[in-house]
Amino acid sequence: MNTFLAEKLSLAYTNERIIDGLDLEIPVGQVTALVGPNGCGKSTLLRGLARLLKPQGGSVLLDGAAIHSLPTKQLAREIGILPQSPVAPEGLTVRELVAQGRYPHQHWFQQWSSEDEQALQHALQLTKLQPLAERGVDTLSGGQRQRAWIAMTLAQETNTILLDEPTTFLDLAHQIEVLDLVHNLNQQGKTIILVLHDLNHAARCAHHIVALHNGQVVAQGTPHEVIVPDVVQRVFGVESHIMRNPVTGQPMCLPVKLAG
Amino acid sequence: MATVQTQPRPAQPSERANTLRLLAFPLMAALLLLVMVASTAFGAAEIEPRIVAQSVTQFDDTNTNHLVIRNLRMPRAVTAALVGAALAVAGAVMQGLTRNPLADSGLLGIEAGAALAVMVAVLYLGVNSLSSFALFAFVGAGVSGAAVYAIGSVGRGGPTPIKLTIAGAALGTMLASITSLLAIMHPLSYDQVRFWMAGSVAGREMELIAQGAVYILIGLALAILLGRQITTLSLGDDIARSLGLNVLWVKLLSALAVVVLAGTSVSLAGPIGFVGLVAPHAVRFFTGPDYRWVIPYGALLGAIFMVVADVVSRVVMRPMELPVGLMTAAIGGPIFIYLVRAKVKR
Repeated sequence: MNTFLAEKLSLAYTNERIIDGLDLEIPVGQVTALVGPNGCGKSTLLRGLARLLKPQGGSVLLDGAAIHSLPTKQLAREIGILPQSPVAPEGLTVRELVAQGRYPHQHWFQQWSSEDEQALQHALQLTKLQPLAERGVDTLSGGQRQRAWIAMTLAQETNTILLDEPTTFLDLAHQIEVLDLVHNLNQQGKTIILVLHDLNHAARCAHHIVALHNGQVVAQGTPHEVIVPDVVQRVFGVESHIMRNPVTGQPMCLPVKLAG
Repeated sequence: MATVQTQPRPAQPSERANTLRLLAFPLMAALLLLVMVASTAFGAAEIEPRIVAQSVTQFDDTNTNHLVIRNLRMPRAVTAALVGAALAVAGAVMQGLTRNPLADSGLLGIEAGAALAVMVAVLYLGVNSLSSFALFAFVGAGVSGAAVYAIGSVGRGGPTPIKLTIAGAALGTMLASITSLLAIMHPLSYDQVRFWMAGSVAGREMELIAQGAVYILIGLALAILLGRQITTLSLGDDIARSLGLNVLWVKLLSALAVVVLAGTSVSLAGPIGFVGLVAPHAVRFFTGPDYRWVIPYGALLGAIFMVVADVVSRVVMRPMELPVGLMTAAIGGPIFIYLVRAKVKR
């Protein structure tokens, strides 16, 4: 993949337009975080970028081709997306879940191939799930479960991975674990776009941050460019103090009070 | 992380007791054959096993017992097996499609719709061959299924298991009472259809069964071919779509399989509930949730369950006979309550 961008993209649910004529270019080979308050349209935008939501206007272009006109199976070899809090059928094992990620690489009667097995093992290894491979997904802890779903997306072997709030509902250790996994995957050359709630998480793992408010891009750029008091106030309506993270050197946002 | 594995890599998508799954197939097929043979040996008239065997090896068309076995009991065993397999698979497919553990063509009102359509066809349109009233059954099944889905989807959270079940129960009851009303308005026909309306596999002619068998085998084949896609779909629409599944097509073809299977079984045996609930859930204990296994094994177990239920319905109140639909409900009801309590999360 060389370019991935949204052009005058409009997205809506039944009669409510969430995003109206949005332009956005996703930097290839980097981690992009979509941030903003609840209802700002960040998850909607992610679903639009993953062709889960059909545009009302404009298009999402992958190497110049509109993704909604590409065969869905072909696109599934280019882009993997993990929606928010998915639920696995009862009794499905981690291995069986991750094996589902091979769907776009298989045909009606094709047997499980050695490439499929390799991709599956690689995904389990990256997510450190090998010891849990035969466990039921519904018996895992929240963090392990999130890793299992990410492993399924990895088995898809796409260059681009979209994650919708992968850290929500996880405790601190599991949040860090998921963010580190995102970092590792990017190190292997994958383009990652993720929706995050927490600005400091975005600063920790993203090269590029897109701040959204009311379906509009308010600011985008590096963490240093986006995480500044003015943007935080316009996006979240909160007065904040921005410091330098003594460990990573990235900006850190300390909310002070509601902007009056 | 208590254990670290250094085993050789498995060659299958799952290590889940594959040998058990493979062994179960011949075992269940043999069991089905056994219960079907048993079904021909039991009945209102007591016929010695020797004569049952003779009716196959040395058929004598002047021997009443031979005729009873050939013309009554064998067709009955075959009907029960076909209908059981069809209903079990219809249930399994709907469970995967709607991610609803309570899906069953009886509970969701689909069979009631098919039954009403058949009733109208028989009473008002003079239709009397299965191949033509099967078509009415398909339409009835499709329309009532779509209506239940639409009603159950209204409001917050979309089509949740509980809302679908309530919509199915309400619409199913309503359609069944219209069917009863029609039956009472036509007292002459009522006697003929009374047993059929309560669900019965008795008294079908071989010719009708052969027509039904063709539809049911087509429906089963379609469901088996879709098994892999239905498994992927059971992860949720968004996940399935992002994995490159053509969600709309898979749903349409699956719905077609359900309509054909449930519609044909209603035209053969009347509405019979709970088979689609009991058989798939029972096989999941050893197959896991993968529909490539749940569907064929569910078909076998559904057939066994139905043949056994039919035999039991003949012997519990001998020489009286109960409609087999009452038997499946008596067994399925408690299992339904268990599933509601154990599997449905709000």
